[in-house]
Amino acid sequence: MLYPDTVEAEVLVHKPWFVATMFAVILAAFLAFNLTGTTMGDLMRPVIGDPLQSGLYGRFAVAFVVAVIFSLNVVLIGFAPLKVQIAIVWLELLVLFLGFFETFHLSLPFIWEKLPFLITQGAVTTLYVSAISIVIASVIAILGAVAKLSTNGFAYAIASFYTSFFRGLPLLMQVYLIYLGLPQLGFVIDAVPAGILALSLCYGAYMTEIFRSGIQSIDRGQWEASRSMGFGFGITMRRIILPQALPVIIPPTGNQFISMLKDSSLVSVIGVWELMFLARTLGQKTFQHMEMLISTAMIYWIMSICLELIQSRIERHYARSKVR
Amino acid sequence: MSLDLIIEAKDVAKWYGAFQVLKDINLTVRKGERIVVCGPSGSGKSTLIRCFNRLEAHQQGEITVNGITLHDKMRNVAEVRKYVGMVFQHFNLFPHMTVLMNCMVGPMWIKGVSAAEAKKTALRFLERVRIPEQANKYPAQLSGGQQQRVAIARSLCMEPAVMLFDEPTSALDPEMVSEVLDTMTSLARDGMTMVCVTHEMGFARAVADRVIFMNAGQIVEEGTPQAFFTNPQNERTKLFISQILKH
Repeated sequence: MLYPDTVEAEVLVHKPWFVATMFAVILAAFLAFNLTGTTMGDLMRPVIGDPLQSGLYGRFAVAFVVAVIFSLNVVLIGFAPLKVQIAIVWLELLVLFLGFFETFHLSLPFIWEKLPFLITQGAVTTLYVSAISIVIASVIAILGAVAKLSTNGFAYAIASFYTSFFRGLPLLMQVYLIYLGLPQLGFVIDAVPAGILALSLCYGAYMTEIFRSGIQSIDRGQWEASRSMGFGFGITMRRIILPQALPVIIPPTGNQFISMLKDSSLVSVIGVWELMFLARTLGQKTFQHMEMLISTAMIYWIMSICLELIQSRIERHYARSKVR
Repeated sequence: MSLDLIIEAKDVAKWYGAFQVLKDINLTVRKGERIVVCGPSGSGKSTLIRCFNRLEAHQQGEITVNGITLHDKMRNVAEVRKYVGMVFQHFNLFPHMTVLMNCMVGPMWIKGVSAAEAKKTALRFLERVRIPEQANKYPAQLSGGQQQRVAIARSLCMEPAVMLFDEPTSALDPEMVSEVLDTMTSLARDGMTMVCVTHEMGFARAVADRVIFMNAGQIVEEGTPQAFFTNPQNERTKLFISQILKH
């Protein structure tokens, strides 16, 4: 929440100037396109006659109706309580999106036929590759953050070189470098471990910085209190500092997790059969690319939503000690 | 060194860069003694007591705490800190733990005491500072005075040989100062060895065996509260006392 001031303000979407402006903008926007040839024009046949013959009048009538419906919708939603507003707007946007996909005339039987394989092979691979990478990246991040904050020259140098290098190269290039480069040194590495290694190293570098800033956000007094009680560095870090840094670390880390879930699609270039790989290959034979791409997009989105929910749960868990 | 000396500082000096914060500090604290350190801000009084548990390192001279000499190649600081309790100006309670846990973790993690035993000790000392009923709350739910009393209880749970107080009432509302001072006074009555950096002159007068006045990193005056308040020798001390008694 932003800071809620106590000033009574009129609802924005009920202000006459706002409604008028909105109406004008929508009307102008829809006048710019000729929609008489679409379903909308067909629906208005009783008013404008044959849509294709209706000309400028038909065009105006369609735009006018759209603008009225849109404005009325917004004004009405303005009366609802906050939670209902959020739900309605989400629902409407979702319907619009589905309507957009509908225009591709996707072959549903084809999707249903491929969906089980897409999930059991693709989504599962994506999930376990990301999950393992996330765990390894977190471990790297804690070590890296401690190293970057330490007064040990070697630790600092190694950690800062690492973060600089792996944040500085495109992830796609790291995937190639590890998969194609390591065999040159004599380590032949499979595609899946290579992908996991690349993702872990890259995200470990980003998360090192997140963990470092989280640790630094803890007041010096906490260190002093802990050390003055005789706790060593290990206990202080594990039991005093990190638990307090976690609420600071979790939101950006959740962000990284979601981002990693999608960046795991980059390992498809080395032939790992994860979601993106299947999305590109399954539809190829019958030229049904859109079907597979859109279903895969939906699967990615659903998995991200799950991660968002998990993140908000964890955040709520750590909000306990902030109660007043 | 006689056995009842808890803290002994000999010719201690410390610099922050080129700036000398402590100069020729000589001070002994005997078992059961209550010492109040006062002086203008920036005179080095906090730095001095922070040297006693090695939150700060001194660069010259020698500090001996409970028989252990602190020097620049200090390895076993934890051993010293076991016997030295410290109470901070800003409480520094662990906000992610309940009051009870704050008091339990010291004995549990340092002395290896069982959780049940630690809980018993914690409750005893929370009783001692008169807030056993807040045991299951988080620090943020308590008032400043209550938090400071928890901080005192947390230190007491370690059963220290000496307690260091670093301006324990400076961050408190006027009304809460007295509840903390009452706790400290009752500790003093029970014979706890204490070194307090404070500007509470009433407390100094009532409780202290000795008052130490510091200015510019040096101890410029040292004496009983009686002598200190009624017959200060040093010019800077006279000015300080007249300033704080003016209002």
